[in-house]
Amino acid sequence: MTATTDLAPATTDEIMTVVAARELKNGVVCFVGIGLPSTAANLARHMHAPDAVLIYESGTIGAKPTTPPLSIGDGELADTADAVVSVPEIFTYWLQAGRVDVGFLGAAQLDKFGNINTTVVGNYDHPKVRLPGAGGAPEIAGSAKQVFLMLRQNPRAFVEQLDFRTSVGHHQGGHTREHLGTTGAGPTVIITDIGVLRVDPISGEFILTALHPGRTVEEAKAATGWELRVSDRLEVTEPPTHEELRTLRALVEGR
Amino acid sequence: MAEFMTLSDAVRAYVHDGDTIAMEGFTHLIPYAAGHEVIRQGISDLALVRMTPDVIYDQLIGVGAARKLVFSWGGNPGVGSLHRFREAVESSRPRPLEIEEHSHAGMATRYVAGASGLPFGVLRGYIGTDLPKHTKTIAPITCPFTGEQLTAVPALRPDVGVIHAQQADRHGNVGIWGIRGVQKEAVLASTRSIVTVEEIVDELDSRVTVTLPSWVVSAVSLVPRGAHPSYTHGYYERDNAFYKAWDDVSRDPETFNAWIDRHVRQTADYAEYLQLLDSEMGVAV
Repeated sequence: MTATTDLAPATTDEIMTVVAARELKNGVVCFVGIGLPSTAANLARHMHAPDAVLIYESGTIGAKPTTPPLSIGDGELADTADAVVSVPEIFTYWLQAGRVDVGFLGAAQLDKFGNINTTVVGNYDHPKVRLPGAGGAPEIAGSAKQVFLMLRQNPRAFVEQLDFRTSVGHHQGGHTREHLGTTGAGPTVIITDIGVLRVDPISGEFILTALHPGRTVEEAKAATGWELRVSDRLEVTEPPTHEELRTLRALVEGR
Repeated sequence: MAEFMTLSDAVRAYVHDGDTIAMEGFTHLIPYAAGHEVIRQGISDLALVRMTPDVIYDQLIGVGAARKLVFSWGGNPGVGSLHRFREAVESSRPRPLEIEEHSHAGMATRYVAGASGLPFGVLRGYIGTDLPKHTKTIAPITCPFTGEQLTAVPALRPDVGVIHAQQADRHGNVGIWGIRGVQKEAVLASTRSIVTVEEIVDELDSRVTVTLPSWVVSAVSLVPRGAHPSYTHGYYERDNAFYKAWDDVSRDPETFNAWIDRHVRQTADYAEYLQLLDSEMGVAV
């Protein structure tokens, strides 16, 4: 396994995961949501960020799993953690007190201000689809110094109007988040299977700033339920390296 | 002092129709055996409380044992939806389910308030979310010292708290290690409590990080593998295959009911259930 040709081409999910992992700096304290963010955070730890501190809401601080856990409370998280604390403690001393640099979350729906919905599709009292609910997200979104979001881009997920605001992003845009009294700065980046969106600090709106190799602006716009703004300095993300892809696959297969 | 009882006797003594019951566990140490015993005894009209209702609450909701769910995240971790929970909320089947929905931080604060004997707890939470519009037990409060706007949530005080633990000693002191969730708070917040354990030992293991003294626990029941398909750190791992298989079992009400009849109602206790489960290719289907 040395030559790039030994590896099948990266899937869109793999590209998204690799690009998301690169966003995490070495030494970052990251409160990790389950699923795609957890895979990306663990990839980062196995690549360029060995000293990243991964916190899971089950109360594990500094977890170092060899494979991405299926649930946020897998035994390996406790076995490899620097500390295991109670759930009340993780949300108070650690998150609420401002000790988390990055909250790394997924979502079912998000809007252009990075507000997210994980509660219902349709009306709250008579939902079309009942989703799992808030979990730790509302306070992660409020109290982490910044928030990274990661999800597949399509018109059902990237919506003009959320059915329910479970966790706040830049609220109604502009300075509306600041007036709410959150201590964290909110979401700064959204990594998708098509590209990367970053927040415009003035309007609070997410703007397409990069495409993954081979993807187009038209595709990104078609996958977005609001009128997507595109940066005039649109970049193309670096494709996954051989090492990134090999590490990611080894991680996931280890499960 | 905690009384050593069979699980069947403990549930009969301490869980009643209409109770508010918190069967806590955060992925780890979920009290499945106790949940099954509640179903087996046909206890009904329960208000279920739990931060992370998963498959055992899906089962209780699916058999119609619950009138209400107080929770913050209801899913099958790493797999997807809880189909019985969804059908209850989306279609009121098998009966309407009232929901009282919070965030994890809010639920944790509520348990701490309950365990502390306070009427409510305070957090910097729910900011900018739609949850307060739908959940009456979320209210703004102003800090009397700084003027900061914060959020108050009322204490949780369940009638019964139920947890699973690694060990109890011969006096009924309970020892837990690994991911500890909110179980200590759930027991201390509840009027009565049942703890199922893997083992009864002369002396608690040195790995124990949480101890519940015997005198805050009503009943201790010995139920080896009583957290399966959840796990017990130091004893057995999480049965991820069961969680994945549950997706198919629970999707259709008839398949679900047949599964419950065969595995829960027609087995005498958790040991017999586990034996049946093991005979079925080690997985639940």
